Amino acid sequence: MTLELLKRITDSLVDGDPDATVEGTRLALDAGLAPLTIISDGLVPGMEVVGDRFQTGEYFLPHLIIAASGMQQAMELLEPELKQRHEVVQRLGTVVIGTVQGDIHEIGKTLVATLLSAAGFQVYDLGVNVSAAEFVSKVRETNAGLLGLSALLTTTMTAQRQVIDALREAGIRDRVKVMVGGAPVSQEWTETIGADGYAEDAVGAVALAKNLVS
Amino acid sequence: MRPKLNILSSELVEQIIAEAYELLMDPGVRVHNDEALQLLGDAGAPVDLQTKIARIPQQMAQNALETAPSEFHLYDLDGRPVVHYGGDSVQFDPGSAAITILDSDTQQQRVPLTADFVDFVKLVEMLPQIDAQSTAMICGDVPEEVGDLYRLYLALNFMRKPIITGAFRKDTWWVMKDMLVAVAGSADALIQRPIAVFDVCPSPPLLWSDLTCQNMIDCAKNGIPSELVSMPLSGATAPVTLAAAVVQHAAECMSGVTICQLAKRGAPIVWGGSPAAFDMREGTTPMGAVETWMIDCAYAQVGKALGMPTHAYLGMSDAKVVDAQCGLESAGGAFMAALAGVNMVSGAGMMDFESCQSFEKLVIDAEIIGMAKRLLAGVQAREQPIALDLMRKLGHRADYLAQPHTLKWFNKELYIPSAVIDRGSLDGWKKKGSKTATRRAADRVTELLANYHPPEISRELRRELRELTTDAARRFGMDELPPLPEVE
Repeated sequence: MTLELLKRITDSLVDGDPDATVEGTRLALDAGLAPLTIISDGLVPGMEVVGDRFQTGEYFLPHLIIAASGMQQAMELLEPELKQRHEVVQRLGTVVIGTVQGDIHEIGKTLVATLLSAAGFQVYDLGVNVSAAEFVSKVRETNAGLLGLSALLTTTMTAQRQVIDALREAGIRDRVKVMVGGAPVSQEWTETIGADGYAEDAVGAVALAKNLVS
Repeated sequence: MRPKLNILSSELVEQIIAEAYELLMDPGVRVHNDEALQLLGDAGAPVDLQTKIARIPQQMAQNALETAPSEFHLYDLDGRPVVHYGGDSVQFDPGSAAITILDSDTQQQRVPLTADFVDFVKLVEMLPQIDAQSTAMICGDVPEEVGDLYRLYLALNFMRKPIITGAFRKDTWWVMKDMLVAVAGSADALIQRPIAVFDVCPSPPLLWSDLTCQNMIDCAKNGIPSELVSMPLSGATAPVTLAAAVVQHAAECMSGVTICQLAKRGAPIVWGGSPAAFDMREGTTPMGAVETWMIDCAYAQVGKALGMPTHAYLGMSDAKVVDAQCGLESAGGAFMAALAGVNMVSGAGMMDFESCQSFEKLVIDAEIIGMAKRLLAGVQAREQPIALDLMRKLGHRADYLAQPHTLKWFNKELYIPSAVIDRGSLDGWKKKGSKTATRRAADRVTELLANYHPPEISRELRRELRELTTDAARRFGMDELPPLPEVE
């Protein structure tokens, strides 16, 4: 019975059915399963299958995002239970992410935020057109170890440098690793502005983030 | 609505058909085949046995066009009707009878050998975009006299898809027929579920050789579909104007349909061809010329107006290596043929006019074909209302990637290419080795061949095919066939 409930949650993520993920999670809680078990033996294996299938080319971005969204919804359901039990999910790290000032492109940034969250990071997504000051203040407030800066345009990518400068001025540059991303961003640019890393796609960004916090 | 190209006005179609009928009477058709002349004479066509010229009355040709089926299916070796000749169905097979292969390692043309063609057949099996096999190259390691049937023998050992083939001699046709009967199970099964089509080629202008005419008659009598490959060369073996070349094509095809239907009423036959716009500088037959594509699309429209299934040699290139010209010409022809609704488009993999086959080009062409088929599927509403509910739900949030609507439709809305087509970032491309399309195609060839599994074919059938082929080869001085790769 327990195994069946957990498998149902796993399958719902693999099948891209967030409603079924939520329903399965609710049933598992009602059946008395521990929230941490639901996460480790139901949700995480599902996300792993989806990730593997994406890597092999069998799955595409919509599969990835919809599974991540199912995972997020299930987590929202589990949070109060965890609080009540005084349990915490082991997070890989805390990330602040956003699209830099002057740029309102959010697809790439949201994609990275969703995948980081599904991978086990605590993610604070500040949205688009985020000023350097806002980034600095959120990093300080959350004590985040990672900061993700997205820019789609060659005209706005310079704002990534401004955020790094602002971190330095605020004296917190060494407390946070900075990842940059976006179509015009390259390894060369990353080095030029003194960022800690960049990835050319969302899946690469997750790998990079894991690397930077390890 | 499906996008459709009609290159001729209906008035022009009518005039082309009318002039073609006139040509059948004057100057008539020269037929170097006694059985065909007999059939035509018996049916009432004036025949001059001295000049071998038959004058085909319009009514006789019209009757033949009436009795020829407007559609038929080809079956795969599992008995499923996978190719539909008729209407606006569009399917693709590789270009056939290449005399060279572009060697993957040296990028030089050389004579194809047994192992080359076997790999080619495997690749075609593995490419879902390609609907049928063809006897795509002539192997240099068997006597020339059995070159036609040896290709079929090899293909039948490795394929499940139906095949477009052809005979180079009158006697070898019978061996090929016996092979097909063996695979189908019986002569009757082969008639009920045809697995092969034979190309038969009139010679421009308005001439039938003994060999090809006999192949066509034998196909008709044995219930095997044949495919007319009329090839006016505008400005050389046909008038230079495109419309006049189409008139000549129509007259040649009408004469073929007439002889075929006189041999056996109701025999399946395809209105096809491989014309070219003669190159006035080089004296060559460019398959990549826009005028070649236009002649093809025009004759296909004429064939459809006469209720015939259609075929064309398109999607080929005159380039000598897999380069930009190669991609440009192959895509142009394939897209035109698809839009014109040509039932069978032969050409994938073929380059250097119609003489060379390339593995790399084949897998690139498969992507072109995938895109052409996507184009034909058109722009569809998919849901009612098309967008209102969804867009009102999301408002100004750019969150479509996370919508079930996206998961439901993206796979149907998008043709998703293989790694042959690069759509990654510059850095991603560099990380993968900064490879050109040709290099990526070579990688894909390796990958597909590694994943191929031979079909289940009984020992008895394999032996029967081998015996038929060996018997024929012995007559031309080869006692033992080259070994068949892997299956033995």
